[in-house]
Amino acid sequence: MKLVVNDREVTIDADPAMPLLWALRDVIGLTGTKFGCGAAQCGACTVHMDGEAIRSCITPISDAEGKKLTTIDAATDGTDRIGAAVHAAWVKHDVAQCGYCQSGQIMSAIALLKSLPAGQQPTADKIDEAMAGNICRCGTYARIRTAVADAARTLA
Amino acid sequence: MLSNIDYSELPRALQHMMERDQTATKPLPRRSFLKLAGATGLALGAFPHIAMAEAAGSGKAAGALKPTQQPSAFVQIAGNGEVMVTINRLEFGQGVHTALPMILAEELDADWSLVRSRHGTNDAAYVDPLFGIHLTGGSHSIKNSFAQYRELGARARAMLIGAAAARWKVNVATLRTQAGTVLGPDGRKLGYGELAAAAMAQPVPEKITLKDPKDFRIIGRPTPRLDARAKSSGLQDFGIDMRLPGQLTAVVARPPVFGARLASVDDSAARAVKGVKAVLRVPLDGGAEGIAVVADGYWQATQGRDALKLNWDTAKVEKVDSERQLAQYRELAGRPGPHKFDADMAPLATAPLQLDAEFVFPYLAHAAMEPLNCTVALTEGGAELWVGSQCAGLDAGAAARVLNLKPEQVTVNVQMAGGGFGRRFSSTSDTVVEACEIAKAAHAAGLNAPVRTLWSREDDMRGGFYRPMHLHRARIGFDERGNVLAWDHVIVGQSITTGSVFEQFQVKNGIDGTATEGMRDPYPLPMRLTVHHPKLNVPVLWWRSVGSTHTAFVMETLLDEIARATEQDPVAYRMRMFGDKHARHRDALQLAVDESGYGKTRLAEGRAWGVAVHESFDSVVAYVVEASVKDGRPVLHRVTAGVHCNLAVNPRTVEAQVQGAAVTGLSMCLPGSAITLRDGVVEQSNFDGYTVARITDIPEFDVHIVPSAEPPTGMGEPGLPPLAPAFANAIARLTDKPLRQLPFKIESKS
Repeated sequence: MKLVVNDREVTIDADPAMPLLWALRDVIGLTGTKFGCGAAQCGACTVHMDGEAIRSCITPISDAEGKKLTTIDAATDGTDRIGAAVHAAWVKHDVAQCGYCQSGQIMSAIALLKSLPAGQQPTADKIDEAMAGNICRCGTYARIRTAVADAARTLA
Repeated sequence: MLSNIDYSELPRALQHMMERDQTATKPLPRRSFLKLAGATGLALGAFPHIAMAEAAGSGKAAGALKPTQQPSAFVQIAGNGEVMVTINRLEFGQGVHTALPMILAEELDADWSLVRSRHGTNDAAYVDPLFGIHLTGGSHSIKNSFAQYRELGARARAMLIGAAAARWKVNVATLRTQAGTVLGPDGRKLGYGELAAAAMAQPVPEKITLKDPKDFRIIGRPTPRLDARAKSSGLQDFGIDMRLPGQLTAVVARPPVFGARLASVDDSAARAVKGVKAVLRVPLDGGAEGIAVVADGYWQATQGRDALKLNWDTAKVEKVDSERQLAQYRELAGRPGPHKFDADMAPLATAPLQLDAEFVFPYLAHAAMEPLNCTVALTEGGAELWVGSQCAGLDAGAAARVLNLKPEQVTVNVQMAGGGFGRRFSSTSDTVVEACEIAKAAHAAGLNAPVRTLWSREDDMRGGFYRPMHLHRARIGFDERGNVLAWDHVIVGQSITTGSVFEQFQVKNGIDGTATEGMRDPYPLPMRLTVHHPKLNVPVLWWRSVGSTHTAFVMETLLDEIARATEQDPVAYRMRMFGDKHARHRDALQLAVDESGYGKTRLAEGRAWGVAVHESFDSVVAYVVEASVKDGRPVLHRVTAGVHCNLAVNPRTVEAQVQGAAVTGLSMCLPGSAITLRDGVVEQSNFDGYTVARITDIPEFDVHIVPSAEPPTGMGEPGLPPLAPAFANAIARLTDKPLRQLPFKIESKS
């Protein structure tokens, strides 16, 4: 089976029913995407499929075949303007505590900012709504709000 | 995490553990100090080989120093000046990965931009210098290692200066340091990287002079986390991310009821799943057993597990049921039992005002975001483990027992952990023991590969080691001025430390100190406190802020109720009870009051103020909150914190810890934040059934720290306890009905 991950074509030998999360982590070796619940409850496994935030823990690789997949690794490597802005805001505001959920948080935040018309600032409610699917047990939410709003400002 | 420790009894109680722990670890070469090979950066683990006699610290100069005082295990400086600091704790969000290096770098006079940080192992150097065992808990990391890391930095600095003096043939007294450089009197200078090799040959000084705190330039400065970049890009590896060549992954089919064993096993379908390498019957914690499925990856292993046909023998095990348990606790509360406090209760009969209250708190799961995991590699001469452990030495000892090895044959590599909240230190080392049982069985089955045992979210949430369920009852007699005349109180709940290494100094007169911490003090109350510890087969454990998760709620809501009943301001009422004592409580509360606008600002329609203050783990946190009730649901709008943790090493982290702990405190209030059992089976299994706070639940935060130059106290836990009672007190002011249950249960207005 062929997957296009971070603009790279990867051929893997795996059951089509295997969730994308485990293909990324155990087969391809991209461990930046995290396992939190396996049931689309916590958002730690969030990646982008054709630009949309999805939960890779419940997405079989058969659904991902032929789609453009982006993980945290490429989203924050500096090549993507919005990804770079979100990464920078996360660092500037020292959002992470344990850091485990932050890959998913950042992928949700990038998807939100990409979904907005250029220059439009998200409202506080819009930020909360977009980030409501991502759990952080350390409780970094206050800084997440600040970082998302700040990233949006730097992109304006 | 751990409860407050009774220091007076600690040395005696821990002595045998210290002795075991010291021998249980493999010493690092002590005099490899400071030097790292390679000019372009750090070559980790490139210790020059030194004879063990020297390694054990029997060298002349450093002979009187303990392993925890030897810079070699903690500081390494590369040729390019990069300083690598090894931390003696688990970083799982609380910020020690940055704060401990800050403390060391301060006295080293390092260039902070060149400071890096990494985890240690179960080496004897990395024990808590006061407790003598490897331990991350009780909010003690900074408190107990503040002096240690300052001294380590000062010793390393003295050796660098000594090396420069020898190079320049001048007196050390003529030299000074500045941001990673030794400066000579004539303008000459040498970077620490250039001196590192020569500094190794210098004797480790026993006596050193520490900086005057007024000269601190790193400690006390809000400092970005060293791991912020890696944790904002997917680059940070956690224990779960271990990938060794040939590594296999195991998952375990666990019994539906705690302690149950297998009646029959049909694993034929499981063995046929592609990628499954072995199906193994293994002993589990608490006398239970289970089936481990070992496979190429996690998903293949779970496919194998799903294909198992298992019958469990649950006839002989206790099947706890939450409803029956509550009835039993209520019955137990009426019986006589041992007293923690024993004031005269005679005034109860004649007190002009009376208050009777019952509180119920459920089991709570830690539910850290990174599911439990442990990777084990059996090697020629022993075993190597990779695990996010709060207790590397005890875990190594447990691993050695399972694997029939000597403790010194086991290396535990502490891994960055995705939260923990106490779960990564269980008294039985359950996660590590299980992983070692599986590795051993896999090896016996002919698999010659490292095995990563990984828990699913369901395994984690249904796997026990919960904050215990508690019942509190109070009968309080007081007068019209709010003076408490007698307070008769009962606590019913399982003991956390019974059966653990801490039992001998935590359980006294049949009472576990972790169940009563936070009761009565610092208020001058005539209290009789009776405690019952029923024994049930549901495993229980410390959970962020331990006993204060329930005692602070009970104390702070009851005192607020007395203030309301006697028409007194809740802040003034508390201040009156503090009197001229408890300055830290007064200062923290006053700071929160001043910064919140309490008593001055007019609140938005429908909102009320709530106040609570609580000391836990030697730090005091006060909250003033604004809350309302919307559609019958309590809503928290704004939180202003006043914090007293003495000197705040990294105020930026203190703010984060207070916000984070408050969010966990808020989680406890939300409907669905409870673990319940029905006929022995845990009813919740994932975040759909077990509520935790999400971003939509979060208030505005303002965190304020009382300035202090006193030696720091910890902040991992103290932000949690006062949040729920402050919130409840605000709601009670709106509804006129006290909240006496967590999670909150609002009765509809009749």
